[in-house]
Amino acid sequence: MAITGASDARTVPPAPPVATMPVSLEINGRRHDLRLDPRTTLLDTLRDHLHLTGTKKGCDHGQCGACTVIVNGQRINSCLSLALQHDSDKVTTIEGLGQPDHLHPMQAAFVKHDGFQCGYCTPGQICSAVAVLAEIKAGIPSHVSPDLAALMHPTNAELRERMSGNICRCGAYSNIVEAIADVAGAVA
Amino acid sequence: MKFDTPAGINPIDRMAVVGKPHDRVDGARKVTGTAPYAYERHDVVPDALYGFILGAAIAKGRITGIDTAHAQAMPGVRAIVTYQNAGKLTLGSKNTAKLLAGPEVEHYHQAVALVVADSFEKARAAAAAIHVDYGRAAGHFDLAAAAKSAKSDGGEDEDGSKSPPIDRIGDFAGAFAAAPVTLDATYTTPDEAHAMMEPFATTAAWTGDALTVWTANQMIAWTREDLATTLGLPKDKVRVDSPFVGGGFGGKLFLRADAVLAALGAKATGRPVKIAMQRPLMFNNSTHRPATIQRIRLGADRSGKLTAIAHECTSGNLPGGSPETATDQTKLLYAAPNRLTAQHLAVLDLPEGNAMRAPGEASGLMALEIAMDEMAEKLGMDPVEFRIINDTQVDPEKPERPFSQRQLIKCLRDGAATFGWSARDARPGRRRDGDHLIGLGVASAFRNNINFKSAARVRLGRDGVVTVETDMTDIGTGSYTIIAQTAAEMMGVGIDRVVVRLGDSDFPVSAGSGGQWGANSSTSGVYAACVKLREAVAARLGFNAPDPDFIDGHVRSGNRSVALADAAKDGDLVAEDTMSWSGLSRKYQQSTFGAHFVEVAVDAYTGEIRVRRMLAVCAAGRILNPKTARSQVIGAMTMGVGGALMEELVVDKRFGFFVNHDLAGYEVPVHADIPHQEVVFLDEADDKVSPMKAKGVGELGLCGVGAAIANAVYNATGVRIRDYPLTLDKHLDWLPTV
Ligand code: FES
Ligand code: FES
Repeated sequence: MAITGASDARTVPPAPPVATMPVSLEINGRRHDLRLDPRTTLLDTLRDHLHLTGTKKGCDHGQCGACTVIVNGQRINSCLSLALQHDSDKVTTIEGLGQPDHLHPMQAAFVKHDGFQCGYCTPGQICSAVAVLAEIKAGIPSHVSPDLAALMHPTNAELRERMSGNICRCGAYSNIVEAIADVAGAVA
Repeated sequence: MKFDTPAGINPIDRMAVVGKPHDRVDGARKVTGTAPYAYERHDVVPDALYGFILGAAIAKGRITGIDTAHAQAMPGVRAIVTYQNAGKLTLGSKNTAKLLAGPEVEHYHQAVALVVADSFEKARAAAAAIHVDYGRAAGHFDLAAAAKSAKSDGGEDEDGSKSPPIDRIGDFAGAFAAAPVTLDATYTTPDEAHAMMEPFATTAAWTGDALTVWTANQMIAWTREDLATTLGLPKDKVRVDSPFVGGGFGGKLFLRADAVLAALGAKATGRPVKIAMQRPLMFNNSTHRPATIQRIRLGADRSGKLTAIAHECTSGNLPGGSPETATDQTKLLYAAPNRLTAQHLAVLDLPEGNAMRAPGEASGLMALEIAMDEMAEKLGMDPVEFRIINDTQVDPEKPERPFSQRQLIKCLRDGAATFGWSARDARPGRRRDGDHLIGLGVASAFRNNINFKSAARVRLGRDGVVTVETDMTDIGTGSYTIIAQTAAEMMGVGIDRVVVRLGDSDFPVSAGSGGQWGANSSTSGVYAACVKLREAVAARLGFNAPDPDFIDGHVRSGNRSVALADAAKDGDLVAEDTMSWSGLSRKYQQSTFGAHFVEVAVDAYTGEIRVRRMLAVCAAGRILNPKTARSQVIGAMTMGVGGALMEELVVDKRFGFFVNHDLAGYEVPVHADIPHQEVVFLDEADDKVSPMKAKGVGELGLCGVGAAIANAVYNATGVRIRDYPLTLDKHLDWLPTV
């Protein structure tokens, strides 16, 4: 097989180079000073510039939750924001929660309850789950909370509602909710 | 090793490791994000360029011009690959449509160009600056319209979908005409997408004339072969590596555009290139489960015995494509002396139809098991009992051929007891819970067992660690874990003394992951290799007894006991073997069985359907790991909820493409849709299928779920919906008045 040059002989003057901009991020407790193409999402910054590939890209359009990370204590879809929007922000990724030899309790619960199969949605599920329990603890209501003023509890309905932005096509949902409930019980 | 006689007692029967609910051996890596997927191979390819694929904007026709000049001039662009400069590409044996269009376009979003640039952002921007002119041709996009001219066509043997075009037993027409109770109904299933979470992704690198692709793929050997064919390379110049695969469900069975284009982009630039296909391109670029139109006719006597069964299915595909073999299970599931199954295939110019989890049976049971429910009601029988009295223990077409094991009746009975089936009111629309109508539904599950040749290599190291190498893949199925369990059992060591390496075409060729053949076939290959290793160990240690015991890290015979590791004192011991099958599947029909029970609540005002409870009882031979097997089944049940209630690729019949081609438009179940799920495995060991005595479960769990839900919805509402998915608009106007 042979590859020749560009398929079109017409020449167009080269476009000006892309300007980069500085940004400083604190990721898993470590500061990173970067210069980035302003179009770079937080997700691609993590995966391609910092090689933190635990955070996954499932859709790049805010439709699946695989890219969920925790920014300043709140979970977000990292594909939906540009890195430059996060100057000085504190980002926690799956790598920051735990490592194979010292798992975060949520990671351990996912292994114990087999809350995954292919593992591709898993880091997002786990980051989401950690943040969900914090949201419930903080009394932030959801669509299914029966009483907005009362104490929130990590009921099955609350967990399923709050986790619904994280798709698992392998269908591990029933086990994921058991893993989260296990951790919630342990913390409570 | 050839498996041609039923298995006797063997070391697996000890079940000290096999059959235990071990946590996944790759679990810690997956939950920490340290398992590397295809696009994430900074460890082996630190300097890859970025590829971005442009898809065709027409469904059928020709490319009349491609202007890449602006794109080429954009910052960071290293190469643009189109059919004009790609060189000769040969269609792989398992692809129906070409993976790079030009000048003809065969389907919408077929790849037209690849831009390679030094960042993702630059590649994406440049792809948007390519201008393509098309000459659009008329195409066929409407299955119902094309069905009229559909020809008879059969399935292939290889993937177990072997329905011939037309199959007649006895006199269907006569028996149907004579039957006192009959049903004649037509059901439809829509096009569905695999929608696995990891996109198609490949990192490709050349070393001289040798190519390595780190890619997301289920079938390493098929893909190596087809990549070599497509690029015109000798097979030994192609290496495929897929240690972790983010789901596949059939979507990653074959070579796809990302692998071919990454290889071409890397060739063009002299640098490694990585591509993750953008999600909105995936649905039309790749394969899908084809839509079906299924007509089912049942005839029974007044006692409920079926006398006549007919199932005809029409699906569509690109020229050269295969039919959706949705009549497969109907040939084997219920007894009746007079039978007819037939398949028709229309030519459509939609993207390629191909296997998605439980191809054939998933769609076929969605229809057949509603028909059984409708028939039970006509007969005034309980749907569980109706299925039980029509059970068969032999292949209904060849009565001299028994099933190797068939416990469908026990699945139904145990399930009914566990689920509280007796609480069901046979009269629909009677049970209420506040604003909700409550319904219970049942369906049989059936999926054939397929065995595929599978090889493995095992090595005993000086440290006593057993390493298994095979090109088998783990797509979430648990292969790493059950293979480790198999080797541990065979060599008499703990699972922590086993290392499993998968997915590399440098390793012996396995069965791969598909058709629920992976677990049984690949562990059987490991079994065969371990038998050889045991012989080598025994010989090295000077055991004369024919078959010493391998237990607790020792080899024992009589009073003599030697540490296993001693056998490798003077150097590693390596053994390799292939398990192949012959004969027994002709003598015995090998299938897996189950029963699905579902409770739904239908909002009496809005018609919204929610699944409240789900139970699957499965009979699938020995369960190698109840934890990972259960996950396979609940995952399949979840996909069944999707198929029943929401999944549908909507066809634009004017322009010929799937409209809802992303994860916002193509709805799959989310957490809120799925209740707690129960799974029961019957205690089985099938000695006719392999020395592992195991069969698959990964597809069985999906088979019948959709119909069980549809039947539960009918039981709740009294409105029968025969067109999937069951969306609320299809019954809202007919719901009982509140
Ligand atoms: S990758 Fe961000 S939501 Fe899917
Ligand atoms: S584990 Fe595969 S998508 Fe969730």
